[in-house]
Amino acid sequence: MYAQMIKSEATQEDTEKLAAFQARIDAGQKIEPKDWMPEGYRKTLIRQIGQHAHSEIVGQLPEGNWITRAPSLERKANLLAKVQDEAGHGLYLYCAAETLGVSRDELTEMLLDGRMKYSSIFNYPTLTWADMGAVGWLVDGAAIMNQVPLQRTSYGPYARAMVRICKEESFHQRQGYHLLMHMMKGTKEQRRMCQDAMNRMWYPALMMFGPSDKDSVHSEQSMRWKIKMNTNDELRQKFVDETVPQAKYLGLEIPDENLRWNDERGHYDFSEPDWSEFFDVIKGNGPCNVDRIAARQKAWDDGAWVREAMLAHADKKAARRAAGELKNVA
Amino acid sequence: MSREWPLWEVFIRGQHGMSHRHVGSLHAPDSERAIKNARDVYTRRNEGVSIWVVEAKHIAASSPSEKGPMFEPSRDKVYRHPTFYDIPDEVGKM
Amino acid sequence: MSSDPHLVEFFLRQGDNALVLGHRLSEWCGMGPALEEDIALTNTALDLIGQSKLWLAHAAEIEGADRSADDLAFLRDAYDFRNVLLLEVPNADYGRTMLREFFFDAFQLPWLKALTDSTDDRVAEVAAKSAKEAAYHLERSAETVIALGDGTDESHAKMMAALDYLWPYVGEMMVDDDVDHAMAEAGVAPLPSAMRPAWDDTVNATFREAQLPRPDTKFAHAGGRNGFRHTEHLGHMLAQMQVLQRSHPGATW
Repeated sequence: MYAQMIKSEATQEDTEKLAAFQARIDAGQKIEPKDWMPEGYRKTLIRQIGQHAHSEIVGQLPEGNWITRAPSLERKANLLAKVQDEAGHGLYLYCAAETLGVSRDELTEMLLDGRMKYSSIFNYPTLTWADMGAVGWLVDGAAIMNQVPLQRTSYGPYARAMVRICKEESFHQRQGYHLLMHMMKGTKEQRRMCQDAMNRMWYPALMMFGPSDKDSVHSEQSMRWKIKMNTNDELRQKFVDETVPQAKYLGLEIPDENLRWNDERGHYDFSEPDWSEFFDVIKGNGPCNVDRIAARQKAWDDGAWVREAMLAHADKKAARRAAGELKNVA
Repeated sequence: MSREWPLWEVFIRGQHGMSHRHVGSLHAPDSERAIKNARDVYTRRNEGVSIWVVEAKHIAASSPSEKGPMFEPSRDKVYRHPTFYDIPDEVGKM
Repeated sequence: MSSDPHLVEFFLRQGDNALVLGHRLSEWCGMGPALEEDIALTNTALDLIGQSKLWLAHAAEIEGADRSADDLAFLRDAYDFRNVLLLEVPNADYGRTMLREFFFDAFQLPWLKALTDSTDDRVAEVAAKSAKEAAYHLERSAETVIALGDGTDESHAKMMAALDYLWPYVGEMMVDDDVDHAMAEAGVAPLPSAMRPAWDDTVNATFREAQLPRPDTKFAHAGGRNGFRHTEHLGHMLAQMQVLQRSHPGATW
């Protein structure tokens, strides 16, 4: 998902405190910033919320790639509003992470120097306008699967950020699907673009949920802490089950010859993505890893003088105001 | 690392005359900019008519370890709630 | 008032200004110096793109040639665009982007306010909606110019460079031509030159706080508002903006 492969931290603390903490979570209470929490809980959350925030920010890039080429004024405004929402979501999540004692600038530095990751999906390129549809429909669709249950996560600020995000994000998936619906009714070239997008995006979208639970060593602790609400395989299955009929309605073929309804399970059977590709992407060898980080680094470096100047001006203004007040007193 | 813009807590009063409600936080170099940023970040969907911002460090908060003494004493004062008082239906709306 | 070429021209000028600047600002989305600035600038871009849709839809309707606002935006060549040159030159850094925005906003606010009294209801209506947006744009861009001009030595130097580059382009906004005189006579719009005192006041007051000097050169490039000679930059912008409409004639999106 937007937070993949989050390692939970081992916790060595007072067993009595730990038990009380777990009891609160089991009782459905929210943990708030000033409450006692195990160090492992705090660190895991920073990593998870941070990665989620980074994914929103890096996630602006593949879609931002098409803003200046959007084919109508309406589509241009839709896409711009959507990419802007992602900046907003990144902002809410960074603020949630900040309540755990890490600053936004620190998190940004960790993204840029590779200490922190973002979702593998954003290391894939957007090559045609149909990708704007596929990203909205498949990528945001997959993200929503994960984000809806996270509204009930145990950490208060994270849960509240997710509530806001889910509310705002509801239009994203529909916007993508709508775009594809329109293109599928269009010319042969437009339909070709849509199928091409489907072919490229399907498996990367499945990878968003992370490796199978059999291989996921960190899930258990995070699920006990209610910072991970469902297993990767559960969510992936749910995503496939919901997406197959949607693809059929569009007239798009899912690039998986093993895809078929399994009456016994009551679910679709489908092929696993190529996990070696996933691990390559995570390690930095995806098609766009280098470009994505370079783009973020450039924005960060180019913006440094602006951030500094605005702060310097605020200081000067405060000093002038204070001097003025002193003069009035004298 | 250079100095970071301070963190502000944002409170917005919605359309219907309710109290200002905490909606989230953001960064800004000063209070004027924080209000503008709050307008741009937190009212994109026509959510508000009035904005307050407070620099996060200036918020004094009750400590969670005092949660018991702070809030439990009010729990048994049911007489502060209207449903404590049984009023016959014949009296009409009250 | 059907198919009055001056009136079409007038609507195109309003629509193209909003479209071209909105497009330039949209290039910043995801690249801003801070998340808050990124989000705010995109709000301005969205306002402008929304405004351009309204102006261009009216232009298309008055023209009566069975074209839509999208046709005007995505299928005209550079010499048919009627925006001022100021708005098509590249963003460069954040300082130049915000200074350009400020110069435009300082014109646009009194201009749109005056247009709310237009004898043409369509003009008055679009202007009334846009003027509220412009008022906020100006507040924000002026504040940013002040902060960056006054901030650090580095930011001041960058704002001086931006000023040198942009100043020769500001005059075009306030030079009157035949179209303007025709509009003024019909009571559709005041003369752009009439905005000069308000624009000067805003710029002077802001520059004082920003510690920026007002250049004494009066030279002004021209050629955007009448389409006679755009900069080379517009062609590149349109090549990108129009690529899908141009490469798939007749397709809808």
